[in-house]
Amino acid sequence: MATVAIRGVRKFFGQLEVLHSVDVEIDDGEFVILVGPSGCGKTTLLRMIAGLEDVSHGEILIGGRRVNDIAPKARDVAMVFQNYALYPHMTVRQNMSFALRLARRNRAEINQRVERAAEILGLGQLLDRSPRQLSGGQRQRVAMGRALVRDPQVFLFDEPLSNLDAKLRVQMRAEIKELQQRLKTTTVYVTHDQIEAMTMADKIVIMRSGHVEQIGAPLDLYDYPVNQFVAGFLGSPAMNFLEGEIADGAVITADGSRWPLPTTSTGYPTGQKVVYGIRPEHLTLGEAGVPARVQVVEPTGSETQVLLQAGGTTLVAALRERLPAQPGAVLHVTVDATRAHLFDPASGERLSSIFPVSGHKK
Amino acid sequence: MNRFKTQLAGGIAWIIAILNFFPIFWMLLASFKSEVEAVQTPPLFFFHPTLANYRDIFALQDYAGYAFNSIAISVLATLLMLLVAVPAAFAMAFYPGRYTRDILLWMLSTKMLPAVGVLVPIYLLSRDLGLLDTRTALVIIDFLSNLPIAVWMLFTFFRETPKDIIEASRIDGAGVGQTILYVLLPLVAPGIASTALLSIILCWNEAFWSLNLTAHNAAPLTAFIASFSAPQGLFWARLSAASVLAIAPILVFGWISQRQLVRGLTFGAVK
Repeated sequence: MATVAIRGVRKFFGQLEVLHSVDVEIDDGEFVILVGPSGCGKTTLLRMIAGLEDVSHGEILIGGRRVNDIAPKARDVAMVFQNYALYPHMTVRQNMSFALRLARRNRAEINQRVERAAEILGLGQLLDRSPRQLSGGQRQRVAMGRALVRDPQVFLFDEPLSNLDAKLRVQMRAEIKELQQRLKTTTVYVTHDQIEAMTMADKIVIMRSGHVEQIGAPLDLYDYPVNQFVAGFLGSPAMNFLEGEIADGAVITADGSRWPLPTTSTGYPTGQKVVYGIRPEHLTLGEAGVPARVQVVEPTGSETQVLLQAGGTTLVAALRERLPAQPGAVLHVTVDATRAHLFDPASGERLSSIFPVSGHKK
Repeated sequence: MNRFKTQLAGGIAWIIAILNFFPIFWMLLASFKSEVEAVQTPPLFFFHPTLANYRDIFALQDYAGYAFNSIAISVLATLLMLLVAVPAAFAMAFYPGRYTRDILLWMLSTKMLPAVGVLVPIYLLSRDLGLLDTRTALVIIDFLSNLPIAVWMLFTFFRETPKDIIEASRIDGAGVGQTILYVLLPLVAPGIASTALLSIILCWNEAFWSLNLTAHNAAPLTAFIASFSAPQGLFWARLSAASVLAIAPILVFGWISQRQLVRGLTFGAVK
């Protein structure tokens, strides 16, 4: 177990800079998820921690030791790959014990460790099978077992669940989280799936185009995004954005409808153009408020998502109660002004502040 | 494909196979004929087979010596080739640099030059290094001239192996040598085998350098065949018998390893 520090790390592929001075501090035993759209540099950063990519500038420390020039095998990290990367010609047992055999541990210790990991992961019956005889979920477990037996300083996961079907993914998500809580091994996990990030992480690092956008606990990021990108990236359905102008103590959108200013700050300059952000669950339908025409009603069972035409755009509302309305009906929508956000339309930076924002930009 | 097309394809395959095989078959027949029968027109299909040609050959020439040279040269050149080509292809397949493609093309381009183009320099080099009529010279030349093809073949096989697996082994603590030995080689064994096989066949059949750089001590079986095209005129039947003796070992070897060869050449992805 160890801390991981990423300090001023940049990465070039030829002339192309794919990581722009990234700083992330990871505490001992922490579960950190790197998340962002494809091409944001999250996998490159993970591979740099593993030692599979060189560090162009800056430094990476594992357990306080600078590892820039240390080979992967000497870093004491274990990695679970997206395609599992099992050795096809070895049995499950051989796959799991490969690292220990290379390290010339004695046979009794190897067997004991492999069997313990197999027990934790429910692989006991499969130890003598070859990878091609296993299902996707089982291969996934073997890949984790291979990491587990090593008892490394740091676990690295590269989109480990993306090849599993939806149901298995939800199950494995909980298992990985539970395992990490039990073992308390520092973990860096890469995904593009914001739900995985929200549900599993102690700390999320949101990345875009080689920059860190924000770092923080999942719910902090959800409630207090520093910019429009983070606000829109986390949450499903995504946050609603309306373009408008501050006037008369409210945000007025192009169609003339009024949206109340976030109540947690004051002194907004009149006439400023803003993007008004409000999450679907903070919209309420009723008798008063901005008129909204129902476009589509999507009941998911536990909640109802409604697409509304309002404020000159399409909004999504997520309601706990069921909605009897038919498409075309005109209702009225009100917002919870304590949960509204204002962003600068040019930079995307947050303007309103309802809480001292944690994390930082760049 | 419908039945007619399958049969047509089968028919064509048979015709090509027979066209390929016929000269060898004809050579085999000729080797059991007398010299007169061998050159007769129209050609004879039925005759009294004789072993006289083979008896003459064993009396005239040291077959075992030539065969030993062929085996020694082929095997050594192939081992040397593997020793260099495997790491080279490994580096090119898994850690390509900006010029990897160019290097591969350049290596292949060396094969486009006709061997005779470098005959004089190589002859002089061999002479000055005291390597004329030595197996060492042929081992080095065979090894180097097969290297580009071997690197290409191995490169192609290695690239079928998912890079993740190689990286997983590095993270598991394996060095480059251990990764090649424990992870890569078992996965690409059929590919390695067919590359080695091809190299052995090419070395075995290599005639140009054998004829030009060896006299007797290091002469392999290709030179053995040539020694029967005598200036007094062609002894067709005897030459055929010598050819049969020269190709028989590699033919048997190829037959035995045919399966491996086909498997290697149609090597699929391991997942």
